[in-house]
Amino acid sequence: MTPKRKQKLFIILGLVSLAAIAVGLTLYALRANINLFFSPVQIAQGDAPMERQIRAGGMVKEGSVSRDPESLDVEFVVTDYVDDLEVYYSGILPDLFREGQGVVVVGELQADGRLYADKVLARHDENYMPPEVAQALEEAGYSPADYQAKAAEVGKRLDEEGVPQASEY
Amino acid sequence: MWAFIHKLGSPKWFYGISAKLQPWFWAAAALLIVTGSLWGLAFAPADYQQGNSFRIIYVHVPAAFLAQSIFIAMAVSGLVFMVWKIKVADMAAAVMAPLGAAMTFVALFSGAVWGVPTWGTWWMWDARLTSMLILLFLYLGVIALRGAFTSRDSASRAASVLAMVGVINIPIIKYSVDWWYTLHQPASFTLTSRPAMPTEMWLPLVIMVLGFYCFFIALTLMRTRSEILRREANKHWVQELVAGQVVKVPAEEAR
Repeated sequence: MTPKRKQKLFIILGLVSLAAIAVGLTLYALRANINLFFSPVQIAQGDAPMERQIRAGGMVKEGSVSRDPESLDVEFVVTDYVDDLEVYYSGILPDLFREGQGVVVVGELQADGRLYADKVLARHDENYMPPEVAQALEEAGYSPADYQAKAAEVGKRLDEEGVPQASEY
Repeated sequence: MWAFIHKLGSPKWFYGISAKLQPWFWAAAALLIVTGSLWGLAFAPADYQQGNSFRIIYVHVPAAFLAQSIFIAMAVSGLVFMVWKIKVADMAAAVMAPLGAAMTFVALFSGAVWGVPTWGTWWMWDARLTSMLILLFLYLGVIALRGAFTSRDSASRAASVLAMVGVINIPIIKYSVDWWYTLHQPASFTLTSRPAMPTEMWLPLVIMVLGFYCFFIALTLMRTRSEILRREANKHWVQELVAGQVVKVPAEEAR
C-alpha cells in the first residue's frame, strides 16, 4: 500500500470511528427514551410519569386476566417477574393476547397505581413452532418458558419419531 | 492474490468474468426462490400462535438480511473506491443502492403487514423499526447524492462517504432488539445457537435467504456490466465490442 493510500485509509477509518463514537454517545444519553416501554419494576420505582400517556410492557401474569362478561372491559396484571402492574382496558384485545404472552400497553398511570390503557399490543417472542408440537409439549406439562427453550430440539425429535406420546417427555 | 484483485479492478476483465458467472447466479436464484417460496408458503407448518400469518417470515427475513448486507457491501465498495481508486467498486456501489432501498422497503412493508395481525398495529416507533426506516433514508440519501453532482467523481466520493458513515446504523439495527425494550422480538437466527424453530420451518427460510442473496449477486453483476459499458463507452475495448455487435445485427435482420 502506498503511503498516500494508507493515509487515506486512516482518515476514513478515523472519520467513521469518530462518527460511531458520536452516535454511540448520543444513543447512550438517550437510552431511557429509546426504550419503547417502561417495565413494571421501573414504574414501581417511580420512573414513569403519572397521568401522562406512557407505554408499559411485560408479560401477562398467569391467572390474572379477568373479563367483564357484560362488556369489553378487561383487567390483567403485567409482570416482569419482579414487580406487577395492574392494567385496566376496555376494547378489543389482539389475537395473540393471552396469559404468559408479552404485551405493550399504552395508557395513563392513575393515582390508584393502575394503568388505564387505551391500547394493548401483543408482543411475540422469537420462537415459532407447529401447533402439534406446542400441543404435545403442553400435554406433557411444560410451561411456555420451558417449551420455547425446547422447541427446536423437540421439533427435531418429533420428525424422527413420528406421532408424539405424552409419556415420552 | 494481489494480481487477482487488480484484475478484478479492471472493468474489461470484470465484464468478461461476470458474463460467465451471471447465468449460474440467476439459475440458482430462480431455483432457490421458487423452491423456498413453494415450501414456505404451502408446505411448511403454520405457527401455533400466529397461524398462517407466520409465513410472512419467508419474505420478511430474507429482505431484511439483504437490506443490511447490501448496505455493508456498498460501504466496503465505497472504501475500496476511495482508498484504492478502483472504479469497478464504485460502479457496483452505484447499482447496489436502488436494490438495497427496495429490499429495505420490502422488509418494512412486509413487517407492517405482519404487525397488524400479530401486534395489533402496523407501526410503532420502537428502536428496530425506526433504525430500519433510517436505513431506508440512508439509501435514498446515497441515491440522491449520486444524482446531485454534475461531476461523477464528486458524486462517487460523496456517496461513498455517506455509505461508509451510514454503516454505523447496521449494528444499531442488529442489536436494537437486545439493547432496548422494543415491540419487535429478538432474532430467531444467530450464528451461535440453534434456530428458535423446528427444521421444517427454518429450512425453507434458509433456502429463501440463499435465493435472495443469489438474486442480489446476479442482479448486481448484470447492472454493473451495463454501468461499465455506460461509463467506459469511450474506451477502445468497449467500442470494439459494440462495433462487433453492430456488424452482427444487420446480418441477422437480413435473414
